[in-house]
Amino acid sequence: MGKKLIIWHGDLTSRRALIQRGLTFLSGGMLWLMLFLVIPSLVLVALSFASRGSYGEVIWNFTVENYERLMGFSAFGWTPDYLYILGRSVVVAFLTTLISVILAFPLSFFIASRPPRTRYLWLTLVIVPFWTNMVIRAYAWFLILAPELPFAKLAATLGLVPEGAALYPSVFAVYLGMVSMFLPFVVLPLYSSVERLDWSLVEAAQDLYSSRSRVFFKAILPQTMPGLSVGVVLTFVPAMGTFVVPDLLGGAKYMLVGNLIQQQFGASRDWPFGAAVSMALMVLTMISLQLYRRRGEEIELL
Amino acid sequence: MNTNKEKNLTIQNVVKTFGKVEVLKTVNQEVRAGEFFTLLGPSGCGKTTLLRIIAGLELPTSGKVILGGDDITSLPAPKRQVNMVFQSYALFPHMTIYENVAFGLRSRKIAAGEIQRRVAYGLEMMGLDPMKDRMPDQLSGGQKQRVALARALVNEPDILLLDEPMSALDAKLRARVQEELRQLQRKLGTTFIMVTHDQDEALVCSDRIAVMNEGQIVQCGSPEEVYDYPRNKFVAEFLGAANLLKAKRCEGGVSTDIGSFTLAKTPEWHEGLVAIRPEWIRIRESQPEQNGLLATIQDIVYRGTNFDLLLSPGALRVRTNSFKHFKVGDQVWLELPAKELVVLGE
Repeated sequence: MGKKLIIWHGDLTSRRALIQRGLTFLSGGMLWLMLFLVIPSLVLVALSFASRGSYGEVIWNFTVENYERLMGFSAFGWTPDYLYILGRSVVVAFLTTLISVILAFPLSFFIASRPPRTRYLWLTLVIVPFWTNMVIRAYAWFLILAPELPFAKLAATLGLVPEGAALYPSVFAVYLGMVSMFLPFVVLPLYSSVERLDWSLVEAAQDLYSSRSRVFFKAILPQTMPGLSVGVVLTFVPAMGTFVVPDLLGGAKYMLVGNLIQQQFGASRDWPFGAAVSMALMVLTMISLQLYRRRGEEIELL
Repeated sequence: MNTNKEKNLTIQNVVKTFGKVEVLKTVNQEVRAGEFFTLLGPSGCGKTTLLRIIAGLELPTSGKVILGGDDITSLPAPKRQVNMVFQSYALFPHMTIYENVAFGLRSRKIAAGEIQRRVAYGLEMMGLDPMKDRMPDQLSGGQKQRVALARALVNEPDILLLDEPMSALDAKLRARVQEELRQLQRKLGTTFIMVTHDQDEALVCSDRIAVMNEGQIVQCGSPEEVYDYPRNKFVAEFLGAANLLKAKRCEGGVSTDIGSFTLAKTPEWHEGLVAIRPEWIRIRESQPEQNGLLATIQDIVYRGTNFDLLLSPGALRVRTNSFKHFKVGDQVWLELPAKELVVLGE
């Protein structure tokens, strides 16, 4: 008895040959992920249980000290500083995503309603900011929010900031920077859903006595879920770990988990603690996405 | 189910233009409460636009839509007691059949018990009860159509609008659904307004048909009236293959290229068209007393229930269910009965 022959997409072959072929195709990508994702992640896990030597070197003794420190326990008692940073990061990422989604909806519908030729012009305008480095974009906000410009002057007139002050560093500037950075990540996938929207469902909802909000939640939102989900993930995950924007526009006091990690691996030279913070970031991100998914399923069921 | 049987619909001088294109050119039409009314016409004749104006999904450029004495021209779709069965059915893909049918009632925040009762009745009436928990993409085309009907009808609308309701069904199912739709309408007594380009569908279902062409209603009447007495060339040709003859008025009738014929009614024009349906031309053994014509069979088309004979002169088409065997080349006597020769207007 030889190999059992099967026909696969018009190809006479055997099961073993198919598995081999599949593995051959996959091996490149698997190798890449192994080398640059799985192994570094495992190293990071191991590192988070090590400790820092006096000169910043890594001492491989198994300890949960880093996690205790992250939870706020230290020789001097308990402080919630690191927990605050983690919590703040979740809030900033959540609000950035939410604001971006709220802005992306009208923008996507606007672009989708343009005639085909100008539509690509608008899409290009959405993408243009990507052509510039993030740091440079953050510096551009410095210029826009500078004290001499109308925005800061208007805020001063309204009594929101002291006379002659810039609008940065501030929480407002952080959100401004974050939203402007992530908006395209929501708009592009959302637009692709909006463009394919089945308008007859919208009309059916109107015909069946729906209020405007019911039309949106029952006929439009479920149809845009595929694009919206991609946009939310593409925004939330990087927003959780971002550090350039809060660093430049938020100032030293407005620290997010990304800044904390950067600090540990950089200036503080405390790699083990940095690794522990990274683990916390990963876990938090995964939990949030899981919650989002569950919420998404609920919306679908409504 | 319907409680408002007295609500007539009046379309008054309705004009609709999209940019420079005049889709509807001054349409006036009355639709009586409780009738099955059909807008029949080729694609692009404006019939769907007119339906959408009645639904409130489109605003007329000018003119009025009056329902039961109330001007509803600018009343938005969600506020109109009018429901629609969409061409693609437009069922909500993420909702079960039950939820689809309940949608309109939920929108209006009707009491839960009442919703349950009405949805159950609607599902029962359409024979959908066994599949109420399924999703739309698990249903066949015919089942989807019934869901769309149930979803509209549970709202007990004054008017049910149907936009090409059979276009997604195969030919065999279509014939059955046409009759079912007719029976459903009779049973409910709700006004149905259907849009279609299929003359069979219009003839089977309707109490009255309005034939539309180029944004205007060309002729309106019962299926028999429209079919037997087409007003002009367009209607005659659109409702089945009619024989059209170019004619000149003469003493007692008309003269055509293939001979002179007596008519029941003298035409008003000097030169124009007369039409006769293929099924009204008689085949005679010998020369008839009036309106006779000796013709040669050029081709025979077998159509199951009958034969179509194509004859010269005049490229006449004659429909016959005669068992007599004809051969190509046979010469036969035809009679074009005076009362079946229809004089067409402009």
